[in-house]
Amino acid sequence: METLKEKKTAQKTKKSIRISGAEAIIHCLLAEGVDLIYGYPGGAIMPVYDELYKFQDKLTHILTRHEQGATHAAQGYARVSGRVGVAMATSGPGATNLVTGLADAQIDSTPLVCITGQVPRHLLGSDAFQETDIIGISTPVTKWNYQVTKASEIPEIMAKAFYIAKSGRPGPVLVDITKNAQFDELDFTYTKCNGVRSYKPAPKPDADALKQAADLINNAKKPLIVWGQGVILGKAEEELKELVEKAGIPAAWTIMGASALDSEHPLNVGMVGMHGNYGPNLLTNECDVLIAIGMRFDDRVTGRLEDYAKQAKVIHFEIDPAEVNKNVHADVPVLGNSKETLSLILPLINPNSHKEWLQLFAEKYQIEYDTVIKNDIYPTKEGLTMGEVIEEINLASDQKAVIVTDVGQHRMIGCRYAKFKESKSNITSGGLGTMGFALPAAIGAKMGAMDREVVAIIGDGGYQMTIQELGVIFQHNVPVKIVVLNNDHLGMVRQWQELFFDRRYASTVMTNPDFVKIAEGYHIEAKRVTERKELKSTIQEMMASKNPYFLEVKVEKEDNVFPMIPSGAAVSEIRLK
Amino acid sequence: MLDCSIGYLGIFLKRHINIESLNVSKSEIDHVSKFTIVVNTTEKWVHNIVGQIEKQIEVIKAFYHTDDETIYQESALFKIASNLLFDERQIQNIIKESNSQIVTVSREFFVLAKSGRRFEIDEMYEQLKPFGIMQFVRSRPNFGN
Ligand SMILES: Cc1ncc(C[n+]2csc(CCOP(=O)(O)OP(=O)(O)O)c2C)c(N)n1
Ligand SMILES: [Mg+2]
Repeated sequence: METLKEKKTAQKTKKSIRISGAEAIIHCLLAEGVDLIYGYPGGAIMPVYDELYKFQDKLTHILTRHEQGATHAAQGYARVSGRVGVAMATSGPGATNLVTGLADAQIDSTPLVCITGQVPRHLLGSDAFQETDIIGISTPVTKWNYQVTKASEIPEIMAKAFYIAKSGRPGPVLVDITKNAQFDELDFTYTKCNGVRSYKPAPKPDADALKQAADLINNAKKPLIVWGQGVILGKAEEELKELVEKAGIPAAWTIMGASALDSEHPLNVGMVGMHGNYGPNLLTNECDVLIAIGMRFDDRVTGRLEDYAKQAKVIHFEIDPAEVNKNVHADVPVLGNSKETLSLILPLINPNSHKEWLQLFAEKYQIEYDTVIKNDIYPTKEGLTMGEVIEEINLASDQKAVIVTDVGQHRMIGCRYAKFKESKSNITSGGLGTMGFALPAAIGAKMGAMDREVVAIIGDGGYQMTIQELGVIFQHNVPVKIVVLNNDHLGMVRQWQELFFDRRYASTVMTNPDFVKIAEGYHIEAKRVTERKELKSTIQEMMASKNPYFLEVKVEKEDNVFPMIPSGAAVSEIRLK
Repeated sequence: MLDCSIGYLGIFLKRHINIESLNVSKSEIDHVSKFTIVVNTTEKWVHNIVGQIEKQIEVIKAFYHTDDETIYQESALFKIASNLLFDERQIQNIIKESNSQIVTVSREFFVLAKSGRRFEIDEMYEQLKPFGIMQFVRSRPNFGN
């Protein structure tokens, strides 16, 4: 935190203005460079909405159709742009509707600032109309939260909120503001925050650790890199590429790391995890040095921990000390921001290539191609597959689109087969696996990168969880492309029922509405594809459209996603069928 | 140590770890409180939890000590019916031998205060229990050494 002396000089040089707390909130947002926010009004936040009305030429507010949609839209915006996403809601139900998005942003390290209205200070604790203890509720799912009860606190708290949300390992921050603090006046000046006493955003890289890590890498015969979103959040894509190329190391990604390295880079060996690629999963248990970069060894990545990479020395590049030795023991932890640590290690790395080791990945890929991939993307049977739809999108978008996926079979297929040339192109709800994420997140992604194509890949189940956000797409003509892969099932759960519960399909079969008509009800151009011969041309038509476009593809009802590491199994027990 | 906020206690609840004792006190630094939490679990989990507590924004520093590195000094209060003091001679012996003090006496009850190591408090508790303890509290301020 700034010292008192700095504060005094800042106040002397900046002239303060006397304004209401509500207006101060707008000035804080503008000072942080925010020009777009998502939200939903209500009693306890009305003074702020009144100011939004006055400032609408400087600050656009998008009314989502549900507060959960506001958080996911803000997440999509943040993930694609690298900026802080902002969402706003009223007290009580408005605030509780934010919780899923906060939890999602917390586990996926997405920088958000959420502002909620709260009942006036004198009513706190009285079970007043629409009072909920959102501070208590959101504590486990935010990086930081704070309740403002005095107008004069607003500038300092807002500055701190933005600083905490985006610094170090990013995350969501919630600022709850009582209604009296919105109405009351304060002498407003704004100073950006650049430090908080009890908070260290990123540890300083340690020269010894870097040296030890470099020694291990230089002496490795069978090294494997597994990178995660930390590379994207640290803007270390170039450094990752240099390391991979200089040391000639095969590199695999977690679902959150997708797109940080070109999908077709010869050293990109694919995705790890439950439905990841055969080679990198299997060979995790054969490598001699495992280099984890900006990833947190999620159980969906490691499978059974007792049998995860036990033969390997583990190097863990990580910004968050709490992640080191949490799940997997790190022989050499390299703490710090990924861009810094990777830049520092590069000069210590000897050029190398690991031809024979790489050959193993190629062989495993061939096995996976013959048994799984070929049938997924070039099927010969009659019914349409999710894989061929993704492949057509790759072709029609020249692999340049931002792919936003929901949760289920379509997501795993989407992430397995979508090809990326640019970073920040894969937006998905990784750690929380929130159905309903994709439609609002795609809206945010499009608004955060207007020059890019944004394609949402959604299941028929998850689509109906946030389908009301079609209203935003229609009202603001947001040109996102929505692809619903309709298998008339909660497919991923049905797959587990088939494999592990003797095909007892409890509540996973759905009778669906006419999705095309629903989209048309929102005046969105809509098509349905039921046969292979229509697929290519329709996807081309969709990608060529300058407007929002809805496409429903009727796919096989009972297809399964493979390979698969059943839960509780080791990565080396990955099944091809 | 933290500025305020006990929100991080959820980190223990998530893992179903029972908090044996929790003590909040002023520290040697202004506006900084010291939280001392005693739990019974594996060192691996404590390591993880300490990391997760330390990263809470308001937490300045978190660390842990294992049992053998800890100095415990407990204080306990026992509330006992006053008539027992006169009817049960053994109680007077317990008071003497345990080096405890009577801190208050009323017509209905009296209160005994005892400080010492955990096992000493346990011992006294066991001795008094047959006669009937109306209320019992203990606290465990401690230091890592
Ligand atoms: C909010 C929420 N509820 C439940 C689940 C559990 N779940 C995971 S995948 C899935 C099925 C998804 O069905 P659908 O959207 O049709 O996608 P499909 O698997 O068929 O591609 C369910 C219910 C979840 N991830 N999120
Ligand atoms: Mg489905």
